[in-house]
Amino acid sequence: MFSTAIIVFREVLEAALVVAVVLAATQGLARRNRWIVSGIAAGLLGSLLVASLTQDISTAFEGVGQELFNATILLTAVAMLAWHNIWMSRHASQLVAHLRQVGSNVSSGQLPIYFLATAVGLAVLREGSEVVLFTQGLAAGGSESLPMLWGALIGLGAGLVLGALIYFGLVRIPTRHLFTVTGWLILLLAAGMAASAAGFLAQAGWLPVQHPLWNSSDLLSQHSVPGEILHVLVGYQDRPTAIQLSVYLTTLLLIALGMHLSRQRAPAISR
Amino acid sequence: MPRIALPVAIAALLVVGSAQAETRTFDLTIKDHRFQPEAVTIPAGEKVKLMIHNQDATPEEFESYELNREKIIPGNSKAVVYVGPLEPGEYPFFGEFNQATAQGRVIAE
Repeated sequence: MFSTAIIVFREVLEAALVVAVVLAATQGLARRNRWIVSGIAAGLLGSLLVASLTQDISTAFEGVGQELFNATILLTAVAMLAWHNIWMSRHASQLVAHLRQVGSNVSSGQLPIYFLATAVGLAVLREGSEVVLFTQGLAAGGSESLPMLWGALIGLGAGLVLGALIYFGLVRIPTRHLFTVTGWLILLLAAGMAASAAGFLAQAGWLPVQHPLWNSSDLLSQHSVPGEILHVLVGYQDRPTAIQLSVYLTTLLLIALGMHLSRQRAPAISR
Repeated sequence: MPRIALPVAIAALLVVGSAQAETRTFDLTIKDHRFQPEAVTIPAGEKVKLMIHNQDATPEEFESYELNREKIIPGNSKAVVYVGPLEPGEYPFFGEFNQATAQGRVIAE
């Protein structure tokens, strides 16, 4: 039961952290709940579909379909997060002004929130399909399956609670700093996802296999709870390769550059 | 242009094909949530292909922190995991969905 709880907890936590950051980043925006909930729901439905297609996905592309699928999901999410950040850097000051003056919601038409909703859906899809597969295996396991399903529920609950804690921690940040903080978080989140995608491409043989640059697993294991949280939030890896580090830094710089250029062209006065 | 392109394409395919043929394959079986064999010896400094046959009805996730690999293998099917080139040493792996029993290691020498 305990080991089941841990596995489900780890998968749920990864998705819950992405959702927490996105919820904080869209704080105060009208209809954001509807968008984010739609993203989560689509991700859950998608994970059932992906789980049922695992065999086909695995055998596609000469047996590396799963790696390519994961890399594609991750890179699409990176694109969505990047686009959001670049858009926000142009409009954040207007949004903050609005939030503080009006003290109410900004109409969702001003923020293309569907980029973030898609990113949320993809994160839920990736982690959710693993949970579905795992619990299907448990359900087929026989006599011991009931306590294990309880374990799965405990893991689910714990993952959601930790995600909620991160969210409530983030929204305590004053409004004028909130978008700056969530902007940085989304930037790091995206860079970490890109590095993970590079890992899957190396596993698929599409990128060269390299020795890790360092091994900091004794210091902070990527598979401990703090390591896992840092892995999702800032892209921490305890055994990164040179390619992964380069992809991480390149993604970081490209998005930051996009944000910078977008900010320069931002209109000085809104309306 | 097409007259040149075709032979070039065929030559390229042959090169790719022969390069892939050189990758040696090592078989690994999952049965009753255990790996057989539990220790796979592979040559160090060479990229090899692990062909993992999951003979259980339930899915398994082949995972190795040391090898930086994770891959789900559906029930009653097989999957490919490329590893290496590795330095000589032992690299543990496990089945994440059945960690209590599914343990193994790659030995590179």
